[in-house]
Amino acid sequence: MNVLAFSLFLAIVALTLIITYYASKRTKTTSDFYTADGSLTGWQNGLAIAGDYMSAASFLGIAGMIALSGFDGFFYSIGFLVAYLVVLYIVAEPLRNLGKYTMADMIAARFNEKKVRGVAALNTITISIFYMIAQLVGAGGLIKLLLGIDYVYSVLIVGVLMTIYVVFGGMTATSWVQITKAVLLMIGTFIISIIVFSKFDFSIAKMFSEMKSATPLGESFLHPGNKFTNPLDMISLNLALVLGTAGLPHILIRFFTVKDAITARKSVVYATWIIGIFYIMTIFLGFGAAAFVGFDNITAADAAGNMAAPLLAQVLGGDFLFAFVSAVAFATILAVVAGLVLSAASAFAHDFYSHIVRKGKATEGEQIVAARWASIGVAVLSIILALFAQKLNVAFLVALAFAVAASANLPIILFTIFWKRFNTTGAVTGMLVGLISSLVLVIAGPNVWSPEVGGAILVGDPLFSLANPGIVSIPLGFLGAYLGTIFSSKKADQKKFDEILIKANTGMKN
Amino acid sequence: MEGKEVKLEREEQELDYTELVQSPTFQRLMREKRRFILPFSLFFLAFYFTLPVLTAYFTFLNETAFWSLTWAWVFAFAQFIMTWALCMIYTKRSQKFDVLVEDLKKEAGR
Repeated sequence: MNVLAFSLFLAIVALTLIITYYASKRTKTTSDFYTADGSLTGWQNGLAIAGDYMSAASFLGIAGMIALSGFDGFFYSIGFLVAYLVVLYIVAEPLRNLGKYTMADMIAARFNEKKVRGVAALNTITISIFYMIAQLVGAGGLIKLLLGIDYVYSVLIVGVLMTIYVVFGGMTATSWVQITKAVLLMIGTFIISIIVFSKFDFSIAKMFSEMKSATPLGESFLHPGNKFTNPLDMISLNLALVLGTAGLPHILIRFFTVKDAITARKSVVYATWIIGIFYIMTIFLGFGAAAFVGFDNITAADAAGNMAAPLLAQVLGGDFLFAFVSAVAFATILAVVAGLVLSAASAFAHDFYSHIVRKGKATEGEQIVAARWASIGVAVLSIILALFAQKLNVAFLVALAFAVAASANLPIILFTIFWKRFNTTGAVTGMLVGLISSLVLVIAGPNVWSPEVGGAILVGDPLFSLANPGIVSIPLGFLGAYLGTIFSSKKADQKKFDEILIKANTGMKN
Repeated sequence: MEGKEVKLEREEQELDYTELVQSPTFQRLMREKRRFILPFSLFFLAFYFTLPVLTAYFTFLNETAFWSLTWAWVFAFAQFIMTWALCMIYTKRSQKFDVLVEDLKKEAGR
């Protein structure tokens, strides 16, 4: 075991626990727990959004994909960034004005019926748990590679830490862990990028021309088409990336942590700058790993390329930089899973328990107890699922989370804000069609079925040929919401829509 | 004391949402928002999807543009520039909307 890396891991754990200790003193009400009482500034929330969003998949996954397949890996960087324009232009401000603690709050602001809130909460839980299992399984494998700690213990360590942050420190602890991680990640990535760039004499021209002969792919390393060979699947993936972000519950709840829509807007803009700069730097990580670590060494450490960035750090800066980058990767995982626990727990406690079971009559004290138990429940469930999923290739769970977010959440959010005629039936059918079609298409697709043994989870020909269902399931989600509305006998409630228009666009409410 | 007075005043003023929606200020706000957000959203989605569609079905973006960069990379970097530019434009334009919202709040007695 690398002693230096281990010490830095411990330092990260200590730092986050100190944050949680101070946050716990400030976590007394449900508003503190779910939204840090709306106390974050635009800058703080911008950093926290970046910290919530830039997962280990972005940091390690994209670096590895660029290193192994060149341009195609960069598609993720572009999609993950441009997605923030959808958030900024369409979703962030109305969401902040209409919602309170959860995404379902926003939909329920217009359709205050149990079934609408229930289905919206179900989508939030589905997306957050799937996404979390993917993160936990990745984390287990990663910590095993970095520190040599057994998979089971790795998952347990991450699982226990995320539970402590959320249960004791709620949104305040989660936000500050995310802010800390975002700063560390930017520093680590920047250092590596500068060193890589210096090796190419700070010349973009030299870097690109040398990369033509630096990998086994030759000149085609710099051309699209090494990873994505099915055009339709690639476009489908891009659709889910760019439209899914605006429907990811753990990102959406971040907008409730600021005081008003103007601050929410500022925080998206700050986040977009930070995330954009980070994704530009993924080129240096990927190119650097391809040139200085080498294709064979990257795949020898991990076939999917996830070790490219830490190995690059080792080559460039020796044990210290390797330890630092590994610790940053660890912090990255912790920050993202904490956000996921909180989003799933708030859907359980706030939407299901407080609103549906207790019909809004639970006291403040009961609600916060429920929120803490829900966090523990969500964490335990995810840990158990992650332990069972160890041997599975869980990459498809991320694709699934983005597809459900884009197909089930985004159409409902858009129609709730913009469509006068939209009604309860449309909201419920839209959400269910989006959710079920994404699930069915992924289960019938090549992520689960492969004709070769070990190619996927089950052996056989996939019924649906695309790995990313977005291109089918997103239109189906919109269609479900539209047809549900058109064919129901309910008339448009003009008065309610007037209320939504005023609230969403001005923040005024009675 | 002051805080209490403001709160009392708020409780007295019950908003009539339908009346507010029909007010010229709000109608202007919605018109200007629509004129800005709709075309810009269509633009960035079109700009974004042009890259994967072109690279998926054609290879002409693989021609070198300059500095050993192919057009595909130039287009990819342009997506970043586009995103940041649209962020700045949104920030600027939304300040105009904020003024209209403030006007409306005054009209509503808030």
